[in-house]
This record gives sequence, C-alpha cells and structure tokens, in this order.
Amino acid sequence: MSLAAWRQASEAKMRSPKSWWRFAAPKEFFWLTGKLAPWFAGAALLLFLIGGYAAFFLAPSDFRQGEVYRIIYIHVPAAWLSMICYLAMAFWGIVGLTLNTRVSFLMAHALAPTGALWCFVALWTGALWGKPTWGTYWAWDARMTSQLLLLFLYLGYIALVRAIEEPRRADRAGAILAIVGSINVPIIYFSVQWWNTLHQGASVSLTKAPTMATVMVVTMLIMTLAVWSYSIAVVLWRARALVLLREAHADWARREALRRLGGSEKG
Amino acid sequence: MISFFLAVVTREWVLAWRSRADLMVALTFFVLVATLFPFGVGSDEALLRRIAPGILWVTALLSVLLTLPRLFEHDWRDGTLEQLLLSAEPAPLWLAAKLLAHWLVSAVPLALLAPLLALLYDVESIVLVMLPVTLFLGTPMLTLIGAVGAALILGVRSGAVLLALLVLPLFVPVLIFGADAVDSARQGLPVAGHLALLAGGTLAAAALAPWGCLAALRLAVES
Repeated sequence: MSLAAWRQASEAKMRSPKSWWRFAAPKEFFWLTGKLAPWFAGAALLLFLIGGYAAFFLAPSDFRQGEVYRIIYIHVPAAWLSMICYLAMAFWGIVGLTLNTRVSFLMAHALAPTGALWCFVALWTGALWGKPTWGTYWAWDARMTSQLLLLFLYLGYIALVRAIEEPRRADRAGAILAIVGSINVPIIYFSVQWWNTLHQGASVSLTKAPTMATVMVVTMLIMTLAVWSYSIAVVLWRARALVLLREAHADWARREALRRLGGSEKG
Repeated sequence: MISFFLAVVTREWVLAWRSRADLMVALTFFVLVATLFPFGVGSDEALLRRIAPGILWVTALLSVLLTLPRLFEHDWRDGTLEQLLLSAEPAPLWLAAKLLAHWLVSAVPLALLAPLLALLYDVESIVLVMLPVTLFLGTPMLTLIGAVGAALILGVRSGAVLLALLVLPLFVPVLIFGADAVDSARQGLPVAGHLALLAGGTLAAAALAPWGCLAALRLAVES
C-alpha cells in the first residue's frame, strides 16, 4: 500500500465514530484526556506516597553507602523517564508527519518540558548523590555526559518550537529535530562511553552493590510507576491546554476555555 | 544530470568567491580563537602539545558552525530555493551539490590551515598529518548534520544562536572521534579504527541527513 493510500485509510478510520482513531481529532482528544488525566494524577499521588514511605522506612540501608543511597529511588526513575520522554517525542513526531494529525505534534510539544525536567532531576540528584559517595559532584562519566547532552537536545527542541511563529512549521520542524535527535542519542551514548574508557582511568566506580534486596527492587518499581503516572498526567494536561490554544478558532474550544476562565460566551 | 550537478557546484563557487569576505571571516575566526587558548592556559609547551588536537578540532568545529547560517539563507530569501524545489531535477542531487560546494569552500580551507596553526602549539610531526586527515574525514559530517539545522532555522528570529543550540550536541560524537584520532596518533596508538569510524559516520550522515534537510527546506518554503 502506498503512503497516500494508507494515509487515506487512516483518515477514514479517524472519522468513524467507533474507531479508536477518532481520538486524533482535537475535540475527541480533549474529551478523552479530560477523563484520563485525573486518574493518572491520582495514581501518581498514591504511588508517590507508598513509594516514598517504602523508600524512607521499609527499604534497608545500603551496606556500603548507608542512607544516602536512598536517592536512587528518585534518581533512576527520573533518568529512565528522561529517555522515554524523548523517544515518545520522536514517536509522536513520526506519527504526526506520516498521518498529518495535529494532536500528535501537540503531544510532542507537551512531552518536552517534562522530559527536560526529568533530565534535570536526574542530573541534580546524581550530583547530590555523587558528592558523598564518590567525593565529586560531577565526573565525565558516559551516563552523566550523555544525560547532559540529552538535556541540551530537549532545550534545543523547546527553543526551536518556541522560535517558529507559524504553528504548522513549528510542529513539523520540531518533529524533524526530535527524530534526528533520537537517532543521535544512542550514537552520543556510544561515543561518550568510548571516549570515557580511553581517557578516564580508574577514578570512580559506578557499580552499585552487587545484589539489591527484593524490597529495594519493589520500591524502585513503585517509584518508577509513580513517575510514569505523574508524567502522563502532566503531559496530558499540558497537551489539553495546547489543544485549546491551537483550536481557539473552534466554538467548542472557545466554550471550554471560557468555562475554565469563568467568563461567558460574550466575554 | 551530471551537468546539472556541476552547474550547481559552479554557481555555489562563484557565489562564494564573490562574497569571499564571509569566508575569510570564518577562517580568521579559526586562526584567532586557536591563538587565544595559549593566552588562557599558559605557554607551557608540554601542555600545549597535549591539548592541541582537542583545541584545533573544537575551533574548526565552531568555524564550521559560523558558516552554516548562510548555507540556505540567500537562496531562501531570493526564491532560488523554491525554484529548486519546484524544478524537475531530483532534489537530493542539487542538495548534494550545494553541500559539497559548501564543504569545499568552508571546511577544506580549515583542514588545510589546521597544520599551520598546530605549529604554534609545537606539536609532533604526526599531528601535522593527522589533523588535516581527520578534518577531511570528519567535517563532511558537520556540514551534513549542520545542514539539517540550517534548514530548520530559516527565517527564524535569532536563528544563528538557535542553530548552535540545535547542532552542537549532535556534533559531539564527531568531535570525540576526530580529536581522539589525532591524540592517539600522537601517543603512537593505532588509529585505523578511529578513521574508519569517522569515514563510516560521514557515509551514514550522507545517507540520512539529506532526508531531514529536504523535509526542513520544504517546510521553510511552504510557510
């Protein structure tokens, strides 16, 4: 099937009222995410409470690092999410470019600040963790360096999308950049690792304690789910705001926006 | 097809020659920045010898970055780009010609000039050979990746600064392999792997970057 034919078939699916594809329409998307986001927010709160309690009170202290290792419960989920958000951004960019769905681009826009935030959290908690355990806030380790470069990629994406005034071009330019970036992320990681093994002798070791207790693994899992839920909720809410902004010409969007501002149709 | 390719290359050369002051600025920037470093880090010869590959690679990379905003700017402004995109000739062909011409006039002079600057750092003779070789192999990648960025920022306010933010993180692998090849040669280590990676990266970029670049150019022309 040619791309054009496939696109046509997809567009037909998007119009049909029973297909899942209909949520590509801004109005349907707004309705669906309005239903979903609060659930994810609630799940995030609950999981953060459980995970936080487990991280501080249930998980045993590490036999080598003592209490300071507990920062791992936010550090590792943040680092995971920072990479997943970038991949998701590239994914929505590809979907948007191939299917011509405006909402996909808005999902990509909405993901960028959250991804950048997790990148920053991972770097910051990593620095705070590194000082007491390795004696330095920063080492030119492969993982840290590529995390920093990932943050720059996020900032570049956000800056590009903000700088282009025409929405259609901003959407697509951002998608192209996200795709190019996502191809480069593994290359950057590989090259930095290669560079690092050549240049850095035995200074700091990143290896953690050889085995993790079950309670530690479970706590980490709960915290990861919490971070996931938080990210989904926030991204959906941000995407909803972007949809309203972008669809300001449509009656339904204006009504929704006015209802939220507490104004009337005339205002 | 070949005559069309050559026509585009010739046009780019003539344009580059007529605005040669622009190219001189990038080259002068290269020389100036390379001479700034010893003032900053001191004139200790052993130190300078050690940091020369890295400094010259970073400086060359920044000089390439300096030339990138002009890559499509003129053609976009006067409508040439739109005509090229509308023309019956395959778009990858004239894009390849443009990029080749740009690389020849902006990056090759840097590669040729680099050994002269390396002399200021009192480097070993192997560095004088390896610097231009690695720059020859690596700078096409900078031009290719940079072209995607240059196409994305067409007509965007403060585009040149934005371009730096977009492409510098993507330049990191090129810098790592390029500078490290020179440094390994200096230490008498094998460099075939480095050179193969640089050449392979350039080929991969030549295969992939034009897609993104053309998509971004179409976008810039449409809006």
